[in-house]
Amino acid sequence: MDLGTFLQFLAAGLTVGSTYGLAALGFTIIFNTTGIINFAQGEFVMLGGLLAVVFMHWLAPGLPAAVVLAVLATTLVGLVMERLTIRPVQHTSVINLIIVTIGVSITIRGLMMLLWGKDTYVLPAFSGTTPIPLLGATIAPQSLWILGITLLVLAAMRYFFSRTIFGRAMLACSFEPKAARLMGISVERMVMASFMLSAFVGAVGGVILTPLTMTSYDVGVLLGLKGFAACILGGLGNPFGAAAGGLLLGVLEAFGAGLISSAYKDAIAFVVILAILLWRPSGLFGAPDTERV
Amino acid sequence: MTRYLLTLATALVLGTASLAWAADPIKIGAILSATGPASFLGEPERNTLHMLQDQINAQGGLLGRPLEVIIYDDETEVNKAVSAANRLLSRDRVVAAIGATTSGNTLAIMPRFSSAQIPLVSMAAAERIVKPINPWVFKTPQSDRHAVIKILEHAKLEEFSNIAILTVSDGFGQAGREVLQELLPAYGMSLVADEIYGPRDTDMTPQLTKIRGLNPDAIIVWGTNPGPAVIARNRVQLGMQTPMYMSHGVASKRFIELAGEAAEGLILPAGRLAVADQLPEDHPQKALLLEYIQAYEARFNAEVSTFGGYAYDALMLIAEAITQAGEATPQAIRDNLEKINGFIGTGGIFEMSPGDHNGLDERAFVMVRITDGDWELLVE
Repeated sequence: MDLGTFLQFLAAGLTVGSTYGLAALGFTIIFNTTGIINFAQGEFVMLGGLLAVVFMHWLAPGLPAAVVLAVLATTLVGLVMERLTIRPVQHTSVINLIIVTIGVSITIRGLMMLLWGKDTYVLPAFSGTTPIPLLGATIAPQSLWILGITLLVLAAMRYFFSRTIFGRAMLACSFEPKAARLMGISVERMVMASFMLSAFVGAVGGVILTPLTMTSYDVGVLLGLKGFAACILGGLGNPFGAAAGGLLLGVLEAFGAGLISSAYKDAIAFVVILAILLWRPSGLFGAPDTERV
Repeated sequence: MTRYLLTLATALVLGTASLAWAADPIKIGAILSATGPASFLGEPERNTLHMLQDQINAQGGLLGRPLEVIIYDDETEVNKAVSAANRLLSRDRVVAAIGATTSGNTLAIMPRFSSAQIPLVSMAAAERIVKPINPWVFKTPQSDRHAVIKILEHAKLEEFSNIAILTVSDGFGQAGREVLQELLPAYGMSLVADEIYGPRDTDMTPQLTKIRGLNPDAIIVWGTNPGPAVIARNRVQLGMQTPMYMSHGVASKRFIELAGEAAEGLILPAGRLAVADQLPEDHPQKALLLEYIQAYEARFNAEVSTFGGYAYDALMLIAEAITQAGEATPQAIRDNLEKINGFIGTGGIFEMSPGDHNGLDERAFVMVRITDGDWELLVE
């Protein structure tokens, strides 16, 4: 395999992996404050892309404004979801809450189907589609946007969780909600913030991916699944491990499709995940001694 | 007294209402995927059936009886299609049925209709539906084989010999892949790459990179939206110049919108519906196609698609068989469907026979090239 082909596979893997990573990041943010696996995470990704299409069509505000509006609207959906479906039943068991999120995901998907139809839609690329040659490989400008924005979001999250009071308060809620409450932290507010944050991250993933891969009301199912796999691969409690898991999953898929057989692309990725989990049950970047739910 | 008068009035109202249709309606069932993954096929089909029912009834129905199309949505699920078939057969007692939308669902419901001896006209593509012949089962779309033949004939003229194929891993792609594998050697071509992608995959650059390394003369892509649009974009992104053929599965304007500039120059087989206005004036299908397009777009405010045309052909073939028979019994409909000859539909000119329950061949397709964001009919 020559360098150009290698780079081509790597670029393809990192591009797709970025969105798996952003979905995975969303999973961990909510998991860390509540212990819930939010199965509506893929729907946040879908909403980001599809709402940008909707805004472009209805309001015609131009691409940048549509993208910002879509991300804000999805963040709002995260807030509404927490207020209407999670908070009223917050004292029930975690498994019940997880089932609630499955219900929310089906509802969001159904509503978007009714409101906007079942077609596939696409957004214009952020900065043209002329491919950029690089050492024998070619890279779409949108891939650079995807990689760049993903890294930016990751860096911002890292700063938020380790350096800001608010972020550290959210982490505190995940470790010991009772103690956090005694310290004067409003656990309810942290849970709400975590839903908004994960909707935000998912929506960012959706809008940057749509110009390259298109969107429709049901793309969230697969992205949610891949994001969840990335989470498990990287370690469920670790946001950055999850994002790295997403990149790794994307790269595995690309090389699997390119080198072995595209028919077994998904299978190859999942076999590797299983193997890694047998070897390291807490995921690649998870602390081995943490209690797992 | 009041109650007596009320009853009398009701009876009068009902009496005059039923006077408009002195006869029982002719009941025809339909099972289609108006929702679920195949809804892009099922929705135009359902719209078309609603429209035709109204048109036929406005013109006085069939044999002086109103036509009643009973439509069930199978949500693209096999078990729902089967239970809809049971309902049509046991409760609605239809004289003929249309469906299902997808090949898998059609294959699942076929045995029920043949054992109940009710004719079924499918809107699905798979060749297996009518091969081997089941006396009670017909279908309206052209088979994959016809599309493959059309593509390979074009490739032969261009003197391509090394061909790469990239097919989707669902029923449509598998069927196309099998026919391609079978027919490529028959046309003296060799299959240099046989790649597959998933129906929901969002990036096919790895497969295309692999194909690029093998340097084929042309690539044949087999799938339905949105996969092929992603592939068209990936091809441009990789800077590939290799000629690319698409299947008839993307012969709708939606594909050009999705693929954008990347669609330029792609070649595919399509039913004549896509290029109705470019057909020569004397083409027998032209008037019918333009009329269907105009009526559909006026009523539903949506772009017409080949798939609605499959439903159009299915219902009109049954209507034709009923008219020819002069009666609407399942046996008479079946017998006359088999005798249909030279019937002009949206998909082609149907020549049914006891040995051919599809009635179409590769002439039902034309080759088109995407030029300036529109279809360009290639002269045969």
